[in-house]
Amino acid sequence: MTTDTLPASYLDDGLTLRSWLATTDHKRIAILYALAITAFFFVGGAAATIIRMELATPAGDLVSNDGYNKLFTAHGVIMVWLFLIPSIPSVLGNFLLPLMLGARDLAFPRLNLLSWYLYVAGGLITLEALLLGGVDTGWTFYTPYSTMFSNTYVVLTLVGVFVTGFSSILTGLNFIVTIHTLRAPAMGWFKLPLFAWAMYATSLILVLATPVLAITTLLVCAERLFQIGIFDPAFGGDPLLFQHLFWFYSHPAVYIMVLPAMGVVSEIIPCFARRPVFGYDSMAYAILAIASVGFLVWGHHMFVSGQSLAASMTFSLLSFIVAIPSAIKVFNWTATLYKGSIRLDAPMLYALGFVGLFTIGGLTGLFLASLALDVHLTDTYFVVAHFHYIMVGGTVMAYFGGLHFWWPKATGRMYPEVWARIAAVLVFVGFNLTFFPQFILGMEGMPRRYHAYPPQFQVLNLLSSAGAGVLAIGYLMPLVYFAWSLARGKAAGANPFGAKGLEWQARSPPPTHNFDAPPVVPAKVYDYHADEPEAEPVP
Amino acid sequence: MAADTDAALSSGFRLLDAAASTQASRTDAIFLAMLLLCGTVALVLLVLVVFFVLKYRRGHAVDRTPPREMKSIEIAWTVTPLLVFFGVFGWAARDYITLADPPADALPVSVVAKQWMWKLQHRNGRREINELHVPLGEPVLLTMTSQDVIHSLFVPAFRLKQDVVPGRYTRLWFTATQLGEFPLFCSEYCGSEHSGMTGRVVVMSPSDYGRWLASGPAAPSMAQYGFALFRQLGCSGCHEARSTVHAPLLDGLYGRTVHLQDGRSLVADATYLRDSILVPARDVVAGFAPVMPSFAGQVTEEDLQALIAYIQSTSARDATP
Repeated sequence: MTTDTLPASYLDDGLTLRSWLATTDHKRIAILYALAITAFFFVGGAAATIIRMELATPAGDLVSNDGYNKLFTAHGVIMVWLFLIPSIPSVLGNFLLPLMLGARDLAFPRLNLLSWYLYVAGGLITLEALLLGGVDTGWTFYTPYSTMFSNTYVVLTLVGVFVTGFSSILTGLNFIVTIHTLRAPAMGWFKLPLFAWAMYATSLILVLATPVLAITTLLVCAERLFQIGIFDPAFGGDPLLFQHLFWFYSHPAVYIMVLPAMGVVSEIIPCFARRPVFGYDSMAYAILAIASVGFLVWGHHMFVSGQSLAASMTFSLLSFIVAIPSAIKVFNWTATLYKGSIRLDAPMLYALGFVGLFTIGGLTGLFLASLALDVHLTDTYFVVAHFHYIMVGGTVMAYFGGLHFWWPKATGRMYPEVWARIAAVLVFVGFNLTFFPQFILGMEGMPRRYHAYPPQFQVLNLLSSAGAGVLAIGYLMPLVYFAWSLARGKAAGANPFGAKGLEWQARSPPPTHNFDAPPVVPAKVYDYHADEPEAEPVP
Repeated sequence: MAADTDAALSSGFRLLDAAASTQASRTDAIFLAMLLLCGTVALVLLVLVVFFVLKYRRGHAVDRTPPREMKSIEIAWTVTPLLVFFGVFGWAARDYITLADPPADALPVSVVAKQWMWKLQHRNGRREINELHVPLGEPVLLTMTSQDVIHSLFVPAFRLKQDVVPGRYTRLWFTATQLGEFPLFCSEYCGSEHSGMTGRVVVMSPSDYGRWLASGPAAPSMAQYGFALFRQLGCSGCHEARSTVHAPLLDGLYGRTVHLQDGRSLVADATYLRDSILVPARDVVAGFAPVMPSFAGQVTEEDLQALIAYIQSTSARDATP
């Protein structure tokens, strides 16, 4: 069989702009998402760069105090809603889920395109708010500051978040239905790749939690526009009600960000260790446990807010419990390496980096779950460092790992391995240099969201700012060598890494309908063997 | 040897140079324990990953016979952390419960936060801004509210912080254990000058504190000022024994259990008194008609605290005849 007789790949199946913007192919939509979130990633990153430059010196001398407040708000809003939440699900999930299940597309291809348009619309509205003058409430929009005191574009930003939320809900719905109904005949639930399990659990959270965010944004707008007393005590409202509603969404949102990352890593590590993932069943159950218990821990953001003692005790205990399934996953990834045949290609470097950084992020989360200790650490740089270890050290590392791992599948070209390894190491080093000092800053009592700070904190802040420079280089490098690879990268073949997922049975890049012949579901999932010779790349 | 090192380490361990409250060393102890525990776990995992990557690297001849499934090890690494977590939870919760339960004899200080300033008042009427003078070794209780957005009072040297929320009172208590000056921060984002909303806590010897307290400009005590307001606003017209209006007497009310018309009962604390002044219809006392007008908009947060201090002082009078 020669390639001439096969239908064109999804990349060649229509070359007009219209064929892209009106596509219902999940793979093309994934590419559209990738382009859009990459743009927002660098906008959010630019805000972070200015923040770190400002914080290199104690005095607030680079930007004004209001300017600084708008910058960290823009950074948070863009990175959370326009990058992290859509990142792995909307790009890698969109591209891979049907391929991994042996399906031709998602259950609702046109809905999938609508999700992208909603995302872009929400993103542009948010961007418009920034261009008009920005918003200064922090990404947390705490009331009554956001409803009655801020003189910035709060409502417009919230409209952007609201619209983007619908994109999340539709994507979640699409994935749930797809996983239930479009699995290849022989693919039972416990033959699903863990990436698909992660997409399933993430989708449940997207569908169940995002509506609460939508309601909350509407309530904030109602109070701000019409002085309807909901959150501001001056009108008979309760500011803590907002925090409960906000964190009821925003804590599970952390799992929206990190569960997909766990899914990616669970694909990469077995492939480059040539071992079946250790404890597959407990890995799958752990994903479900994180998704469900994750709904019951939101009050750990409020230990010093004035919520009741009984509430704080309950949320603290549950926060320790939700750490157990995460711990299980870390142990299982580590155990997967045992008796493996390990190669440190770029995706594996990112995956192992994820395991290390996620572990530190998770363990420092235990500090914050400890009630009396949280009283000291909350709202300091310790918290900033903690969640960046989870979201950047965790999610972004895994996203980059996934981009490299499936780059040959999506483009049909190999990325340059040496450059990719250098970038992975730079990201790892730069990340730690940026965020580890922030743990110490927090211990020493430096509050977050400070435009100017006492001089005793300068040395650590300077280290952090220097690290951010290294990190930025690490993030910019793939932009260059991925572009180079599109033109000059060597042809990848269907399965350059000898991986076992169904997606590797399709051509690289796959045809629009994914499989030339029905994919064969293996008898066992992750059927890797360390002692067998490396699978030959399939041309 | 090892035991000695450990003892020296724990006695010498400080999150910061300043550990200036009774809670500070307790918080540092939890922190140290967590650091050792989590540090060990992280280190063991790091060593294992590096060891596996080196030993089982591709091309290195080594025994790769697949290990058999071991449910027991999975159960062990699930149950062990769970038990450890319960222990840590209990330890940190015990201290947190202490923080929620101020001693009865704590020295009261009223705090009103606003964008971007801390206003404090001692019981004898002495006011200060962005500074808090307290005596060494005596428990101090801050009763705090905000007149605009949420702020948070944070004293790193004490390892304590508490959000300051408009529309309600939150409390923070501590006993200072070290003389000196310690930075005070606002740690809840509150707008343009958030990072400028700082100040200091000055811990003085009790005798110095006494002199400092007495040295301020002559001012009525909070209770005296509250009593003057009580007259001026017309509260006394109804709430006094000889009044013809049927209204509850407030002498000795503070801290008592109040039975409400709708069958609920609650303890008359500062928040209850505040709500009763601003939203009298919310908690009507059993046996009384809801005739009291709201004073919302007519009294400042400082006035409210003075009125409450006055009502509190009537309880103190009862206690010491």
